[in-house]
Amino acid sequence: MTIDEIQKEIVDEFSGFEDWMDKYAYLIEIGNELAPIDPKYKVESNLIRGCQSRVWLHQEFIGGKIIFEAESDALIVKGLVALLLRIYSDRTPKEILASEPRFIDEIGLRQHLSPTRSNGLLAMVKQMKLYAVAYEKIAQNK
Amino acid sequence: MSLDISAIRKEFPILDQKINGKPLIYFDNAATAQRPLQVIEKMDEFSLLTNANIHRATHTLANKTTEAFESARETVRNYVNAQEVAEVIFTHGTTESINLVAFSFGEAFINQGDEVVVTEMEHHANIVPWQMMCQRRGAILKAIPFADNGELCTDQFDSIVTDKTKIIAITHVSNTLGTVNPIAAIISKAHERNIPVLIDGAQGVPHFRIDVQALDCDFYAFSGHKIYGPTGIGVLYGKRKWLDQMPPFMGGGEMIDRVTLSRTTYNQLPYKFEAGTPNYVGAIGLASAIQFVQNLDHQELTIYENQFLTAATLKLKQIEGLKIYGEAPQKAGVVSFNIDGIHPFDLGTLLDQLGIAVRTGRLCADPVMDHFGVENMVRASFSFYNTFDEIDVFYKALIRLKAMF
Repeated sequence: MTIDEIQKEIVDEFSGFEDWMDKYAYLIEIGNELAPIDPKYKVESNLIRGCQSRVWLHQEFIGGKIIFEAESDALIVKGLVALLLRIYSDRTPKEILASEPRFIDEIGLRQHLSPTRSNGLLAMVKQMKLYAVAYEKIAQNK
Repeated sequence: MSLDISAIRKEFPILDQKINGKPLIYFDNAATAQRPLQVIEKMDEFSLLTNANIHRATHTLANKTTEAFESARETVRNYVNAQEVAEVIFTHGTTESINLVAFSFGEAFINQGDEVVVTEMEHHANIVPWQMMCQRRGAILKAIPFADNGELCTDQFDSIVTDKTKIIAITHVSNTLGTVNPIAAIISKAHERNIPVLIDGAQGVPHFRIDVQALDCDFYAFSGHKIYGPTGIGVLYGKRKWLDQMPPFMGGGEMIDRVTLSRTTYNQLPYKFEAGTPNYVGAIGLASAIQFVQNLDHQELTIYENQFLTAATLKLKQIEGLKIYGEAPQKAGVVSFNIDGIHPFDLGTLLDQLGIAVRTGRLCADPVMDHFGVENMVRASFSFYNTFDEIDVFYKALIRLKAMF
């Protein structure tokens, strides 16, 4: 599936929730289900520090695709991290750079990606894109 | 006379609204207290009819503005009982007030090897300016620790304060722990050794009537928005004997006496420390906020606030896995806590869905987070316009949200 198809899939999943409680409960659930990042990657250099919560982001470039692993100490953020991984991990730099995480807006959680929310999520998206830019450059120079 | 909370709430129209479909419960008063209608109207009226720069012209509006600004200064002087208006400096807030003293006092009095003493429970605004100054002057910053219950370890005063200590800067009330520090005793102990004391009053003014002469503090700093006034205005009270000896903090208009291209002489107090166009609308709003507070029965307010804090604390303690940070016997205004297994960001986000505004995060007090070995906290902070019913709604919300995790 393409990034856009997965985004649509996520939006469909969330459209079933009438109540905000259900929406957040689901985020908490997928946050809980997200496999924890390998402790050796949970280091300062992978830390994206927000005032409110922290996100760790690790990546590897395998076979032309970036594999992301990430985690947050806050569960709601972790749930959103899981969704971001679902769309952006195991993708080529080109795919990552061509797509915005607009599903967050569509599922009514836009406030979590606004620059005024210092939860590390916006910085995480930026960081993923930076990795994509870097690997794209490396690929071009080869 | 007993306090009529519903009448008081009518003065604060902002409280009467729904957030995410639920009646707003505003428990973030330690960050910004709401403004009563009279403050908003006063500022609006001033902006609509009078606005002009102060001290600089002969025209009527400028004179009216100057008069209003200086009358605001007198209102503040009277409120904190300063000896003279020259000792009341308008700033942008507590942070600027402390930076001003750290810089100017540092320039005049701090040398290589000198020491500055703060406490472990300070807001960053009462740590960082001193650190910056110490770095510049080659001085050393020391901190008096606090005990796990939030009380300041005053028994360590004598071992931390030495002959090299040049100034002590301490918060009146902790923004995180709520601890009310024994500032009068600390000031008198410091004065026995001729050490001046700055009080960070940001969280003190909302709960106490300040008498700087009775306290005998050398500096007292506070902000307008913590005492039901506007943001962007603050006060530095300083004793003339210090202010006279301190060089200006910033250069520019109003603080000068005469400028030539080779040399400038400075204006007299308080203008020496008020470079640039001051926030006169803010000052007028602050004066109006002070008048509002002065018209309330302070004794009744204190009783209500103490009862409220006790009730909220007892109620929250009924929640299993909830830990309160800071339970000093003398406490005011705030309850900071965590619930086992729930990240404060998650809790704050979900409480907002229920219309409840709290502060979450590091509360601008990293050393306090480090003391307890936590990354974040949730802080509920109260005002006299909060109702006891709101405590129940808050409690039920926490129980409901806790079940989601």
